[in-house]
Order: sequence, then structure tokens, then C-alpha cells
Amino acid sequence: MSIYLDHAATTPLSERAFEAMKPYFCDVFGNPNSQHVFGRDAAKAVGEARQTIASLIGAKTGEVYFTSCGTEADNWAIKGAAMQYRDKGKHLITTQIEHPAVYTTCKQLEKLGFEVTYLPVDNEGFVSCEDFEKAIRDDTILASVMFANNEIGTVEPIKQLAEIAHRHGVIFHTDAVQATGAIRYDVKELGVDMLSMSAHKFYGPKGVGALYLRNGLKMEKFITGGEQERAHRGGTTNTPGVVGLAEALKEALETLEEDNAHIRSMRDHFVEGVLNEIDDIYFNGAKDFSKRLPNNANFSFRFIEGESILFSLDLAGISASSGSACSSGSLEPSRTLLAIGVPVGTAHGSIRFTFGKHNTMQEVDYTLDQLVRIVGRLRAMSPLYNKH
Amino acid sequence: MYNQKVMDVFANPQHMGEVENYNAIGTVGNEVCGDIMQITMRINDDGIIEDAKFKTFGCAAAVASSSTATGMIIGKTIEEALQLTNKQVIEELEGLPPQKIHCSVLAEDAIRAAIENYEQNRAKK
Ligand SMILES: Cc1ncc(COP(=O)(O)O)c(C=O)c1O
Repeated sequence: MSIYLDHAATTPLSERAFEAMKPYFCDVFGNPNSQHVFGRDAAKAVGEARQTIASLIGAKTGEVYFTSCGTEADNWAIKGAAMQYRDKGKHLITTQIEHPAVYTTCKQLEKLGFEVTYLPVDNEGFVSCEDFEKAIRDDTILASVMFANNEIGTVEPIKQLAEIAHRHGVIFHTDAVQATGAIRYDVKELGVDMLSMSAHKFYGPKGVGALYLRNGLKMEKFITGGEQERAHRGGTTNTPGVVGLAEALKEALETLEEDNAHIRSMRDHFVEGVLNEIDDIYFNGAKDFSKRLPNNANFSFRFIEGESILFSLDLAGISASSGSACSSGSLEPSRTLLAIGVPVGTAHGSIRFTFGKHNTMQEVDYTLDQLVRIVGRLRAMSPLYNKH
Repeated sequence: MYNQKVMDVFANPQHMGEVENYNAIGTVGNEVCGDIMQITMRINDDGIIEDAKFKTFGCAAAVASSSTATGMIIGKTIEEALQLTNKQVIEELEGLPPQKIHCSVLAEDAIRAAIENYEQNRAKK
């Protein structure tokens, strides 16, 4: 048995997206920037994909730019705006719980002379609008707050934050990589200036993302090169990729309500089961599920360590993800979990389960049984656990 | 990331728990680093380790290292046990990923700490 519960890491490509992409590998292979018929056919597909995405998120066609992934969209948004407006100020605002795509980008900008405020969050992962407004200075040029957190699923008050930013003349970017395909939004209604998304998080292909850039917002180039993406981003466009992105987003939004209902019912059942059957745990992230991604459950199991839980789950055929980066060789526990106040030792024992539309309730029940067994076994082995 | 041997030992660790009436206990590591290893032993008057057991908070490599190291010292003398190195533990496990070598060092340290504890207890008597 193989059960995939790591949909925040990536999702399988949907059949529909796959079918939509197929013609653009071997048949319609032209460079969309070429002036001949091969190029024009590819350019037509790219243009349609752009139009589809724009209409799905409430943008104008010309406001959607393709990138090679969510990380690139985040890099471009932040570095591009920082460089463009550096004469106006050197201060940026972001949060302590951003994905490394944003966080390490800000760290790099600090080395280049920018000052960055990393806003704390409360114990459920929420950024406070008051803190945000207080952090704004005369020289603040850009704020970047993630739409939904990838580890604990907390959904931030983006609309309010963008409004506050604009009241003070600050450009607002949101990393919507986890939110897109799970939450319906309209960029104009949200009021953001820039928004990043990544296809592989909503059953699209890997290696393709998009940045929404509000018309009128000037941005320094990030990937310098040719005149692609209306001279904003060099590099030959990934035609099958952007076609796949558009189709996947279209499908995700067409079936959003029913998919979410299914995903949410599995997640809720799982969370309830875990909390009923296992003691000494923290349920991390928003307790109000209307402000939490429907697919996300994150627990810290006291007295045991995350990798051994994860590895035991793996042996039982269950693929989840560790809340600590320990498994990648670093001993730093998750920055997000520390920011919400999980003690360092306990943060090591954290696991994220993210459900997807192909999971079944039977899989959830099996996972629950296995998890109870595994936690019991590892606790019996733990020198920190003294209950018998 | 792990070889079959490490996975097998992790799935079925031996000598897990606490020795009854132990007269040696060593605990090393800390929760912040993500690894804690405790080894208990019963050492007889001839200095032979009659029994040894481990408890570990840590990753699969830490569990496999403690299980293996514990097994390697049962029936040995204190002197022999003190000669056990983390390299021998790694050999017994047929290799550990580079970033997990410290787990085998922790096992070596836990054994030393337990024997030290035994000798301190004896000196007090
Ligand atoms: C919140 C968030 N931002 C950015 C990224 C990076 O996206 P990509 O994998 O497309 O580079 C991810 C995914 O890992 C994410 O979860």
C-alpha cells in the first residue's frame, strides 16, 4: 500500500492537464517568439494560457507573467521591486514564517543593504494587522506576506494587509503558492500588487509558475535575457508547462468546492481521531478551520522525534512530511513552528499531513491506526517518556 | 537514504528498554539537537556486562546505532566495551549517511557515560 499525504510538497499531474500539454512537446514545438508558423502556433497556446489564468484570478491578460516555478516568482517579485524602488527606501516587511523562497531572498537583500522586518505571528500563525501597520516606516517600499502557510496551513488576512500597505504607499506581494487552487480569490478584490503561484501545487506540472504583476507597477527584470514575457523575463517560454498550468488551474477552480469538501472531511476526521487517540500532542496552526487550508494537519508529538515518526510511516506505506528540517541533515527545527511557540525539542517531533483529492477515507483510517501504533512504539523507546 | 540493514534494525530494534536493577546508566545528547540516548547496564563483580538496554529519542539512525551498540557490548568486559568505537557500530550497520555519523558517536558516548557512572557508584561504596 502506498498512501500519499504530502500534497503541500507537490501533487500528481491531473489527467486533464496532461492531455492539454501533450501536443506541445513534439507537434507544436515552435519557439513562441519565432515569427514563422511554428512559432505563431506555440505563441497562440501561450497567449491562451495567459488569458485563461488571468480571467481565473481576476487579472488582465497583460498582468500575468510566466516563470520557471513559484520560487522564481517570489524572487522576482521581491528583488525586482526592491531594486526598482531602492531610491525611495531601503525597508521591507515580511514575516517569520515565509517559505524559504521569500525568507532567504529577504536575507540576501539584507546583505545588499536593505533592512527587513520579519513580523512575528501569534501561536496559530496569524500576522497581526496592527503589528503590520506599526512596522511600516517612511522608507518602507515593499511588504510580502504569504497567503497561506505551507507547514501549518494558516491563511493570513491578505486583503486587510494589502489595504494597510496601500494606505501607506507600500507595494504588497503575496506568495499564494499554497493558496492557489485551494482558495478562490480575485486579485483585484484582494488588492495585492503582486502574487506568486506554482502549477505543481494544484495538479499542474512541475517547473512552471506565474507572477501576477499589477498594471502600472514598474519592475526591474530578474531573469535578464531576451524579449520574452513582453521584455520582463528572459528565457524561452515553457509552452507545455504554461498550457498545463492554465488547464490545471481551470480544473482546480471548476471542482474547488467538491474537492475541498472531500479533502476537508478527511482532514477533519483525521485531526479528530489523532486528538482523541494520542496524548501529549500539539495541533499546530489555525484552530478556526475557516482560516486554515482545507488539506493541512500538523502535529507535534512530544517525547519523540520527527524523522523516526516519518520513517516509520514510510515503512508502513504512508508518505507525510516532517515539520523539522532535521531530515535534510540540518539540525534546525522548523522556523515556522518556533515562530508559533512550539518548544525546540517538541518542534523536532512534528509531522505535516496534507491531503489531496485522490485520497480516500479508508486511507485516512489506515493512517490513523498506523500513527497510533507508531507513536506508541517510539514513545516506549523514548527516554523522555515516563508514562506506561 | 538508509541501507536495508539500518532500516531492519530500526524496524526491529533489540535490547530496547531499561535493564531491571541496573547499576550503570548513561544519558547523552539533548532534546534541542534532536537526539538523546540512554543506556542502562547490569555489570557483575567480574566486570562483565550481563545485560544492557537502550532508550532513544532521535532519528532512525540514532535508534539503529543504539540498538546495535548495545548488542555489541552484552557479555563483554568493561574494558572491551570501552574499546568499542563508533566506526565499529557503523560497520555493523553496513554504513550510515554522512550527516548521521554523529548518531553512532552518541552511542559510543552513551556506553562510556554508563560505565563512568558505574565506576563512580563503585567508588562511593
Ligand atoms: C509557500 C510556498 N512558496 C513557494 C514555494 C516554492 O514553489 P516552487 O516549488 O514552485 O519553487 C512553495 C513550495 O515548495 C511554497 O509552499
